[in-house]
Amino acid sequence: MSALFDSGELVLLALLAIPALGAALLAFVQDDRKGAWLNVLVSFITFGFALGLLLERPATGPFLIVDDLNTVFVIIGTLVAFTTSVFSASYIGYELESGHLTHAHLRFYHAMYQMLMFGMNLALLSNNIGLMWVAVELATLTTVVMVGIYRTPAALEAAWKYFLLGSVGIALALFGTILVYLAARAVVGEGLDAMAWNVLVANASGFDPAFLNLAFVFLLLGYGTKVGLVPLHAWLPDAHAEGPTPISAVLSGLLLNVALFAVLRFKSIMSANPGALAPGPLMVTLGLASVVFAAFMLYRRQDIKRLFAYSSIEHMGVITFAFGMGGTLANFAGLLHMALHSLTKSAIFFCVGHIAQAKGTQRMADIRGLTVTHPQLGWSLGLGVIAIAGLPPMGLFMTEFLIITSTFARAPLLAIALGLSLLVALGALLLRLNGLAFGEPDARNEPSKASFLPIGLHLALVLVAGIWLPPALVAWFQYVAALLS
Amino acid sequence: MISSLAFDVAHLFAGSLVLVSFMLLYQDRMTGLINTFALHALVVSFSVAWQAHIQEAPHLYITAAIALGIKAVVIPVVLHRMIVRLGIHRTIEPVVGIGLTMLAGIGLIALSIMVMLPLTAQAGTLAREDLAFALSVILLGLLMMISRRNAVSQVVGFMSIENGLILAATGAKGMPLVVEISVAFSILVALIVIGIFLFRIRERFETVDIHLLHEHRGEQP
Repeated sequence: MSALFDSGELVLLALLAIPALGAALLAFVQDDRKGAWLNVLVSFITFGFALGLLLERPATGPFLIVDDLNTVFVIIGTLVAFTTSVFSASYIGYELESGHLTHAHLRFYHAMYQMLMFGMNLALLSNNIGLMWVAVELATLTTVVMVGIYRTPAALEAAWKYFLLGSVGIALALFGTILVYLAARAVVGEGLDAMAWNVLVANASGFDPAFLNLAFVFLLLGYGTKVGLVPLHAWLPDAHAEGPTPISAVLSGLLLNVALFAVLRFKSIMSANPGALAPGPLMVTLGLASVVFAAFMLYRRQDIKRLFAYSSIEHMGVITFAFGMGGTLANFAGLLHMALHSLTKSAIFFCVGHIAQAKGTQRMADIRGLTVTHPQLGWSLGLGVIAIAGLPPMGLFMTEFLIITSTFARAPLLAIALGLSLLVALGALLLRLNGLAFGEPDARNEPSKASFLPIGLHLALVLVAGIWLPPALVAWFQYVAALLS
Repeated sequence: MISSLAFDVAHLFAGSLVLVSFMLLYQDRMTGLINTFALHALVVSFSVAWQAHIQEAPHLYITAAIALGIKAVVIPVVLHRMIVRLGIHRTIEPVVGIGLTMLAGIGLIALSIMVMLPLTAQAGTLAREDLAFALSVILLGLLMMISRRNAVSQVVGFMSIENGLILAATGAKGMPLVVEISVAFSILVALIVIGIFLFRIRERFETVDIHLLHEHRGEQP
């Protein structure tokens, strides 16, 4: 180890450099199988370094920061990225055989996958709010091109819609970022300090509250578009349904979280200023609107990936609601819900990807009797849906229970509204699961070469979390939750 | 030290940018639209160069040069060639009438002035009006994106929003360079993406009229 870097800085550097180098390398790997496995390897090494963040923490610089909040996000993110890359390796092999993708597309896909990881890690680790904006933009652009990779009319429309709405969102977020800088400049002075998040939080009490209020509205709408909050969600179902399934898993499991993380960063600046508008009620409103809307929309879905995309809107709504309510308990539940939702939703998308390949369709009306034709896939999907619907003993039951009970003490009406919408969503999901998993199998039934390692790992973690949480993890999440409130 | 002249010139440029945004709203030909966008970028580059001069911030000249070179010259030329190749220099179909769009535009400018001026009373006079103008440009760009069906007009609307953001970023004195570069960079990346999409759409439809795509949707939300 050189004297220039201590080990903490080395880990930080590796988390950014490895995906970036991986992207450059993958752009030149000709062999498809090698490319897929190199992608897995790079993702795994990144995950390993993310765990290193737990051991030693580098000093905060003007551009990068490691604190308890983003460590949680980075570890979840890199874990899901790694398992998704394993799923992607088996998924993409089929797509090549069936001629949906060419070799050139595949190289591009792998390079973009690592670019996306680079963008997300940079967004999570950045201390500079301008740098964070650039990183979120980069991550968005890489997913836009991946959503459009099949070049079908529907995929192009989805990518275009995603691009337009995402750009508008990112434009609003930049305007909000500029306003935050202006608010900070009067107190902190010109230059990098006025954009460094840790400096902003430390000095936020002196900022002009009116400026911060306006800035937060822009930031919430801007980054909220990327979280998929109603009424800014229109891009989300299309982007999930028309892109490759590994990208649906990464979108739901990671990118939505990154955008939410950006909102949380600005929320803590707002909370540190006594004169500023309380950010909570705004987030609670958007979150609850998302849950209610998505819960009812679940009934009308005909496409299996769209169904779970709406379920993601619902869950992002639940998480935003929890963080908006604030308080240690609600924050704790929100954080845990976010982690478990990432794991569960990506596991569901892994199942859905293999199912859509085996059945040759994404229309739910044409998929029946999965437990008979593909028992492993069918039962995994069943378990995943039970988890995502919030039934015990899975972990999401516990977090939703915590969110509702902690809300009940302060705002009973909101808790009732949230609880009822969750029940509505549960009904829709179980109804669909019944149609998909049971009944007479339909005609087309190709055997599936699914990789069950990622699915099993995710669902096992969610199940364990529902039954027994390690005390160290609880203590850590409680500490982060206390930081947030 | 901001002298009165420096101040007035800065306002002149920012105000002209709002005016050109209005001109973008009523263009009914593709060529006219692209030419007006070139003018929009030209005004923004002048405005940034003037800010660089009065703030004595030489790095802003880079931003001005990027705005001038890429957005006032390269992108309009590329777009012109594109529309000729695609054969779409015909009339733009607005979703709502031009008159109504203009009225909405006036409303948006009034809104941004009412929102920004009381808020920014302490932020220094220069930043104050500049922010109101910048918000107007951004809102007019949004209006343009939703009131046009055509993909090229939507892209132009998006780029005019980016110009408004540059105006806001350069008006905020001493803002670190990272933001300016990122804005310029994102436009470049955006153009690449847009280019890919436009040509892919071309492969399929022989047109870039986005609303035709809706016919291919499997499901309405």
